[in-house]
Amino acid sequence: MNDQSKNNEENARSFSSWLGALWRAVAVPLAAVLLAILIGAILLAISGANPFRAYAALIEGSFGSMKAFGRTLAKATPLIFSGLSVAFAFKAGLFNIGAQGQLLFGALASAVAGFMLKGLPPFLHVTVAVLAGAIAGALFGAIPGVLKAYTGASEVITTIMLNYVAINITDYIADGPLKDSAGGNIVARTPEILDSARIPSIGEIPVGFFLAIIVSIIVWFTLWRTTTGFEIRTVGLSPHAAKYAGMRVAFTVILTMIISGFLAGMGGSIESLGIVGRYQPGFNTGLGFDGITIALLGKTHPFGIIPAAILIGAMKAGASTMQFNAGVAKEITDVIQALMLFFVTADLIIRKLLRTREEDGEKIILSGWGQQ
Amino acid sequence: MQNTISLPTPVSPIKHFIKKWGATIFVTLTVIVITIWQYSVDGRVTEAVLASTIRQSTPLVLGALCGLLGERSGVINIGIEGQMLLGAFVGFLVNVWTGNLLVAVFAAIFTGAIMGLLLAYMSVHLKMDQIIGGTVITTLAFGLTGYFYQVGLTTEGKLLPIPLGPLADIPLIGRAVFNNPPITYATFVLVILVHYVLFYTKWGLRTRAVGEHPRAADTLGVDVYKVRYINVIAGGAIAGLAGGFLTLEAVGSFERAMTNGRGFVALAVMLFGKYTPLGAWGAALLFGFANAMQTQLQFADIQVAHQFIGMLPYVLTIVILSGFVGRTRVPAADGVPYEKE
Repeated sequence: MNDQSKNNEENARSFSSWLGALWRAVAVPLAAVLLAILIGAILLAISGANPFRAYAALIEGSFGSMKAFGRTLAKATPLIFSGLSVAFAFKAGLFNIGAQGQLLFGALASAVAGFMLKGLPPFLHVTVAVLAGAIAGALFGAIPGVLKAYTGASEVITTIMLNYVAINITDYIADGPLKDSAGGNIVARTPEILDSARIPSIGEIPVGFFLAIIVSIIVWFTLWRTTTGFEIRTVGLSPHAAKYAGMRVAFTVILTMIISGFLAGMGGSIESLGIVGRYQPGFNTGLGFDGITIALLGKTHPFGIIPAAILIGAMKAGASTMQFNAGVAKEITDVIQALMLFFVTADLIIRKLLRTREEDGEKIILSGWGQQ
Repeated sequence: MQNTISLPTPVSPIKHFIKKWGATIFVTLTVIVITIWQYSVDGRVTEAVLASTIRQSTPLVLGALCGLLGERSGVINIGIEGQMLLGAFVGFLVNVWTGNLLVAVFAAIFTGAIMGLLLAYMSVHLKMDQIIGGTVITTLAFGLTGYFYQVGLTTEGKLLPIPLGPLADIPLIGRAVFNNPPITYATFVLVILVHYVLFYTKWGLRTRAVGEHPRAADTLGVDVYKVRYINVIAGGAIAGLAGGFLTLEAVGSFERAMTNGRGFVALAVMLFGKYTPLGAWGAALLFGFANAMQTQLQFADIQVAHQFIGMLPYVLTIVILSGFVGRTRVPAADGVPYEKE
């Protein structure tokens, strides 16, 4: 047997094992999604709706045309960011329920930078405005980090409380000092951003989506290819071990929350600059909690979060078409979302159905809380 | 996770006392001073504030009881919000159908218990990540209640206050404490009951053992799964009652997403109270008091934007937590699925 054929054989074997690995990685989520959709259909049928019409409308509204697809990606973009934010904190063993508040500050700061800074060329203006939002989110995210590191206050409590603080402060600013006064406006909202701060679309595809992809790659690189990322994950797995290894646990906690807030703030920023065009209270509600769902659905991995966000984004984009065309209340998508999360995680059930092996890896995302 | 046995370092008893009770005493005194001062200015306002304190704290302390029953036995429950919401919804629907408030309350409790069963099944049998289990429950509850909700359903009324004879005439606290609707009274009883069960009964000892060291408990013949199931289901039932409080006692109708984050605040209240029913009660009352004061201040003629007054309770919680309370010791096996050998 010569070397050539041996090589070929090896290549073939590694290819097939690669294929097997891919199958094992994709089969379970795929089956989970299908199962969730099936149960959703049963629920629709029981409640007297036509599941085929409902799903047809849902798909038409999310993937049916280039425009619909663009809408799906636009909905997915902030979800990727809030998902990354929550997942990043998970990696250090922190539960950031405050992505919502950080996102609001990001949205507001970007909108303010978007209408106040005048005379900047478009590219620069967008960059500055996005950074303003991300930094605002980072600063707001730093608060629970600092409190946790220096007083031991559980970030679960402080982030929940800070969400309400954020709602009140942003509300105040949009309804007070920076309220839009054009045309006798009485609604609480800031003035519209300048055209130079608007994040454009290429055709129907919003540019913000590509930014989300790039940031996901950066997050992946930071977590798995840098020393800082290693420290963050070590602190997440065992703060005691990290401490004995000479890592700066307090510093890592603060840094993680800053980055987590930065990501959430960026999500709010893209929403303001790319979609809403200003800051308006009530336009970004629920994105933070969705971030938890997306992070978990994507198994807290950046490359899992992207498809998870697109999936949920598609359901959000198609929900109104479904409501309009098939007369089905859009909340059914929440039910399907919960079922997907259930089946993706309860892989015991699916693996029995598919008879695939269990993969190795970190199974528990957060063993208890506040243990640092 | 200490390998060495560390001898307790001698601490002066006064220092120890201050460390343990300082925050509680400080906060309680502050609240009493504010109340008495306010009572001397306008008695009726004070009575309203106290009544509102109790009202606002009820769903929070119930939610916290739900959370701590689960976590004391080692199961994290972040689905309190969902259990509450679904309990509120089903309780409301049953009230619409039957017009019987008692049946409606039990329907709310039953719904919560079913959701508790679901969480227990996910975390004990499927060994799912418990954070995900809770998120599934909350998302599911938002979806189901939103999907099946119909506008325009009305009911025959809600649970009314029952004055407890002469007790209700006590000045200052009579109206707030002894003139309440049934679920509020039930809450008082539940707090004491859960405290008693957790710390003075065999069952409570087993629960805490399972939450701290399930392997040891198992070795001694405690059925870890059973303990977790029962505690999480009981917790769910209590969260369902909290939902029933919202639709059947406080508001009288259902709105989409009407729990409005109370389940998450309850989680904070539970941690704040350091996993004890009485501590959670104190934290919930404090939060309720801050909220009631906030509402009063909104009516007062002050030159401060209402948003800043509105966020007072939340800021207060953060300040007290980071200034006085600090670290919360979590049950050691909290969130960790147990594998039988």
